[in-house]
Amino acid sequence: MTDTYLTLVNSGVTKKLAQQLGLPQPAPLRRFRAGQPLLDGPALVLGPGADADAVAALLSGGPGTGWDLDVHRHAVPETRYAAVVLVLTEVVHPTALGEHVLAAAAVLKKLARGGRVVTVSREATADDAPAVAAARQGVDGLLRSLAKELRGGATGNGIVLGGDVPVDAPSVVGALRFFLSARSAFVDGQLLAVDSSAGSLPEDWDRPLAGRVAVVTGAARGIGASIADTLARDGATVVAVDVPAAGEQLAAVANRVRGTALQLDVTADDAGARILEHALQRHGRLDIVVHNAGITRDKLLANMTPDKWDSVLAVNIASQLKINEALLTSGDFTDAPRIVSLASTSGIAGNRGQTNYAASKGGVIGMVRATAPLLTAFGGTANAVAPGFIETDMTARIPALTRQVARRLNSLQQGGLPVDVAETVAFLASPAAGGVVGRVLRVCGQNMVGQ
Amino acid sequence: MAASTPKSHTGAAAAATGARRALVLGGNRIPFARAGGAYAHASNQDMLTAALDGLVARYGLQGERIGEVAAGAVLKHSRDFNLTRESVLGSALSPETPAYDLQQACATGLETVISLTNKIRLGQLESAIAGGVDSTSDAPIAVSDRLRRVLLDLSHAKTTGQKLAAAARIRPKDLAPAAPRTDEPRTGLSMGEHQALTTAQWGITREAQDEVALLSHQRLAAAWDAGFFDDLVTPFRGLVRDANLRADTSMEKLAKLKPAFGLSLDTPATMTAGNSTPLTDGASTVLLGSDEWAAAHDLTPLAVVVDAEAGAVDFVHGVDGLLMAPAFAVPRLLARNGLTLDDFEYVEIHEAFASTVLTTLAAWESEEFGRERLGLSGAFGKVDRARLNVHGSSLAAGHPFAATGGRIVATISKELHRRKAAEGGTPRALVSVCAAGGLGLTAILEAA
Repeated sequence: MTDTYLTLVNSGVTKKLAQQLGLPQPAPLRRFRAGQPLLDGPALVLGPGADADAVAALLSGGPGTGWDLDVHRHAVPETRYAAVVLVLTEVVHPTALGEHVLAAAAVLKKLARGGRVVTVSREATADDAPAVAAARQGVDGLLRSLAKELRGGATGNGIVLGGDVPVDAPSVVGALRFFLSARSAFVDGQLLAVDSSAGSLPEDWDRPLAGRVAVVTGAARGIGASIADTLARDGATVVAVDVPAAGEQLAAVANRVRGTALQLDVTADDAGARILEHALQRHGRLDIVVHNAGITRDKLLANMTPDKWDSVLAVNIASQLKINEALLTSGDFTDAPRIVSLASTSGIAGNRGQTNYAASKGGVIGMVRATAPLLTAFGGTANAVAPGFIETDMTARIPALTRQVARRLNSLQQGGLPVDVAETVAFLASPAAGGVVGRVLRVCGQNMVGQ
Repeated sequence: MAASTPKSHTGAAAAATGARRALVLGGNRIPFARAGGAYAHASNQDMLTAALDGLVARYGLQGERIGEVAAGAVLKHSRDFNLTRESVLGSALSPETPAYDLQQACATGLETVISLTNKIRLGQLESAIAGGVDSTSDAPIAVSDRLRRVLLDLSHAKTTGQKLAAAARIRPKDLAPAAPRTDEPRTGLSMGEHQALTTAQWGITREAQDEVALLSHQRLAAAWDAGFFDDLVTPFRGLVRDANLRADTSMEKLAKLKPAFGLSLDTPATMTAGNSTPLTDGASTVLLGSDEWAAAHDLTPLAVVVDAEAGAVDFVHGVDGLLMAPAFAVPRLLARNGLTLDDFEYVEIHEAFASTVLTTLAAWESEEFGRERLGLSGAFGKVDRARLNVHGSSLAAGHPFAATGGRIVATISKELHRRKAAEGGTPRALVSVCAAGGLGLTAILEAA
């Protein structure tokens, strides 16, 4: 699972050789460690109006009011910025973008390794004046292009405020912190919509899930095990679920995160009831469900067999629908509940040989979109995470050359790690994400395919 | 039925002493493997640690200081003198959890449950884990007695002369290793040969034995298929089901097997590899506790361990069959508790051999045995076969000696809880385990 190429182009003679040959030079990504500072340097907040001032105040405020960062409102020459936040919510004409964007451009060459560019803008709708909509939608193209230009493990992501959501809404603040932090290492070129002012900020940003009980399906290995680890690190009590046959690895995960193991086939008719019963009886509540269990049975559609098609649909989407229905009708999933479901870039952009898998993962995206509104009355939400190329046992089985190419087909020129997916799941499961309603957040290093 | 009987639900013995309830809260075992199979290179400590870790994971006991853990193995390396404590130290439990080893041949597992629940009843413990493990694949092999004496003398020798003198006593035949034997030391007969004598004495037929074996496989397979073991078993080393289980066996297949024991008797030999338990590797654990501890840990009580009775028979002089002790212990146990066989919704008789179950049932149904050996006015009673070993037993699951008690207690405790939740009342189970040395251990459990 190690990316030898990434190691080679970042050390010694091979590094120099790669530079001279003009080969892709992926940078090691800065990943979250307990106790690390939010940013490794000053932040530059650009943009007009009160929203930009509010963001600057949040970043620079002392304990209790902000994140105590070194914040500049104007670029100081020769400064190596760790982050640039472009607040463009009050731009009403495309021609007004230039001033702020070019101010940011001046510091990009000296952006710190693993630096962050985050845009904050408003959603363009058909009801907007044409110039306003043009300015707002323009940010979308700007951000996606800018992200492709960043190097050295830096990422660019955007927060898009819907309706009259204020810039200090919990989910805007939560998303901004997520995108600035090392937790979003492999999230790149993405625009996350914030639909409402729902959600709440954690008392402790290092333990946003304290007191919450989370169920993770498919938790015995790979991405699921990493999700269990990450939710537990963030303070959640974890119920680790996997099929009985994976019980040995599942027990190891449950013991590592000091949670409980529940051996269960998610396709069983009573899976939702048994998950709920276990969580309530053993932990007193259930707040978060992460639908991670999934299988692949790849075959060109022309060669597809009913068992390959049906089993993928049964595990990857039908089980989730059934479990969600059991939870939603139970009356015991009502305290700001969170559903986070694993989609896939295959479900967005399509992938040859994966019609069954892509149908199921596209289904996940439709499901969370329609499920989230059913939860908002309780302060709840449902969202999806779509991983791109992640270094797992599954992708390790891809033929070597294909794997090397697949890894480089994104702006970060490398595969992500299971923990990158887990960090995004943890963000969407957090109280701060309550205003993100039925969305899909990609963890793909800005993969070249799809949106 | 049980619910309408006026008898005490906490057991006469417990009520008489004013002791509190001791509960079965859950269990975990690893799938049982055939000797030389999936666990061929796993030690007793590996298996017991895995069974403990699965229990810890299921019940969220990481870092928990359990009152006491008791377990044992029948075939044990001398280096494993602290097997249970070492397994605890290797597990996710708190390293401050005390432990002790216990051994009572095949009754080891059940005896750990009984002794720990007695401590809970007395208030000495709030929580405990009972267990057992056995590996016939990783059995200890010793040097011959003569070689052992020479080696010990060598280690005590001080001068070169003494050392040479000691070493000179070694003969080639001394170098042959001494494999572990499960033969009875006082008779030289294997357990199977002993049971063949009992089988012949009671006139148990081959067909009746094969029927017991077939039902055991069918019932165990059905329980696996229904997901009954999803919260009783955690896979180990790639094995996800009991390896000995033959879901597709049949009377025809069983009838084809050649007799393995009793070949030198006057009567036809009836005991085969199909109606005898195979050599097996495995481990099991049972979580026990008081009502208070269970409530504090959000655990659902499954069953109460009500009372227990050990027995032993004089098989050496041929008075009774080697494995017949439970036939005597159960009547004493039931008399003390004012119960009859009809008061039990479940009867678990360990299937050391199919004929062990059948000779025990035959003795209880015998007017003569009841009058002359049990001192009753007639037969002790009849067990309704529908209540016997309802989820299969050792013929299908296999029998890692010391792990069998924990398998039975955890399985029947879950079943008692299920039955009570579904149908109400306070269903009871009788558990009976025979053991080498003419021993037997029996217990009463009831739904909590």
